[in-house]
Amino acid sequence: MSALALDVRGLVKTYGRQYALAGVDLTVAPGELVGLLGPNGAGKSTLVKSVCGLVRPSSGTATVFGERAGSRSARTATGYLAELFRYPAWSTADELLRLHQRLAGSAGGAGERARLLHLVGLPGEAGRKVATMSKGMQQRLGLAQALVGGPRLLLLDEPTSALDPVGRRLVRDVLGQLRDSGVAVLLNSHLLSEVELVCDRVVIVRAGTVVAEGAPAELARPRGVEVDTDQGRRVIDGLTRDDVPALVARLVAAGEQVYAVRPLAGTLEDVYLDAVEGQTG
Amino acid sequence: MNGLRAVWVLALWALRESVRRRVFLVVGLLTAGFIALFALGSSVAFANTKTSYGDLVDAHELAGATLNGLAMFAILFLGCVLATFLTLSVVRGDAEAGLLQPLVVRPVGRAQVLLARWLAAAVVCAAYVAIIDGAVLITLRVTGDWSPEHALGAALLLMLAVAVVAALCVLGSVALSSIANGIATFMLLGAGMFAGLLAQVGHGIGNASLEHTAHVVSWALPFEALYQDGLARTTAGQGGATKFLVNLGPFGGGHEAGNVLLLYVAGYLVLVGALSVVATGRRDL
Repeated sequence: MSALALDVRGLVKTYGRQYALAGVDLTVAPGELVGLLGPNGAGKSTLVKSVCGLVRPSSGTATVFGERAGSRSARTATGYLAELFRYPAWSTADELLRLHQRLAGSAGGAGERARLLHLVGLPGEAGRKVATMSKGMQQRLGLAQALVGGPRLLLLDEPTSALDPVGRRLVRDVLGQLRDSGVAVLLNSHLLSEVELVCDRVVIVRAGTVVAEGAPAELARPRGVEVDTDQGRRVIDGLTRDDVPALVARLVAAGEQVYAVRPLAGTLEDVYLDAVEGQTG
Repeated sequence: MNGLRAVWVLALWALRESVRRRVFLVVGLLTAGFIALFALGSSVAFANTKTSYGDLVDAHELAGATLNGLAMFAILFLGCVLATFLTLSVVRGDAEAGLLQPLVVRPVGRAQVLLARWLAAAVVCAAYVAIIDGAVLITLRVTGDWSPEHALGAALLLMLAVAVVAALCVLGSVALSSIANGIATFMLLGAGMFAGLLAQVGHGIGNASLEHTAHVVSWALPFEALYQDGLARTTAGQGGATKFLVNLGPFGGGHEAGNVLLLYVAGYLVLVGALSVVATGRRDL
């Protein structure tokens, strides 16, 4: 069995002549939280849907813990929250979770349902109908639904799109707990700050291909050093934090009075904009 | 998860949805209205057919058979409306609404989802047909002391007919949006019923090819063939001028098909189900 929670190799998906995925390679290890970034139409949702069996790839392979993505055993190991989430308005939170317990073969019973509702900040809402919930509450219920049965791989497509800052924080905390318990998470999000805060690794997709990949800190390259002297404030490109002592010495030797020196790190947003070349969907 | 258990779970979920959405309440109220009007109409009809036409025609029999024939048509139509509305969005409609994806990413096959949705709709519609047909039969007995022949067999054929419509609507839902599928299903329903009328016309004017074509269409859309078989069974024992007059009315479309039709419909349902499963399996959600 593969050690990888998710192993995607050369995944291609075409719609007619249009490439939604043009050969994507991607891995997620158990206990790893990987952020998937890219402009609208880059193929992120298609990739996630291919992994959970909703979309049939044109070519390439995707496996979940060594099992073909979309197969029954792969789906047993996977939890999924769709970007376009909607649950029957007539059902209660408890009924919805119970349905998914039965479909997932979970023996967790009422205890699991109560624990999941508590985890996503909906304690005491078991009997509440979906129709009376706010969009944010429904999205958190969707996260609870995705966690039914204790999936080992969690696929989240824009899981905080309807949440307020408190709700986003809650989801980030949940994701952290899941990672600590060994669950692999593939998080598709437009929120760069969120991805930067919570993800171990970031994969940036553009036009169906991976254009950048790495830990947020690795991707965020230095952008020079800003100095504030009696000559004014300026940025010296190409320098890093390690160059600061020598720079200060050189400036002092040149007779400048140094008031402040600040190494500038690139943000994930800079990396993202470079990678997608400013493209928006 | 065991496949049959998944079907059972999802079918119960669909039935619960029907209850919660007050489908049964609305349908029950409207059906009560239909039965009330039917009872009024049949009591008036029976009361006004006391006149004897001599030994040639049994007017009471003619009135009862005609009322029952009209009721069977109405029952088929109402059952088909219910079947259509319960299944028109099973695949594409629910996928577009985002309701289907959370279910099919579970370790449950798409085939089980389809089978469960069809089964739930078929059970609901068959039960509805059984209840309303029973109410019609009781009404005819009470208002005119009249009962058709082979009433149970005819009711079972109507129940099977609405199950066929539900299966066709599930198949249509794979490719068509909810509205388009509803329209398409009602057009098929109309085509089947129109074929029955054409067969009656063909028989009346002695045009064998028109009659044959209409029968082919009835079997291609076998809810119509089942309805015709049911009609024919309820008047199988009549004869003479009464039978002739009955055939001028709603029973003119009756056409006995025998048990071969049941075998054919079983195969038809399997084929439609297989097509639905294959088409859904190939569909990106």
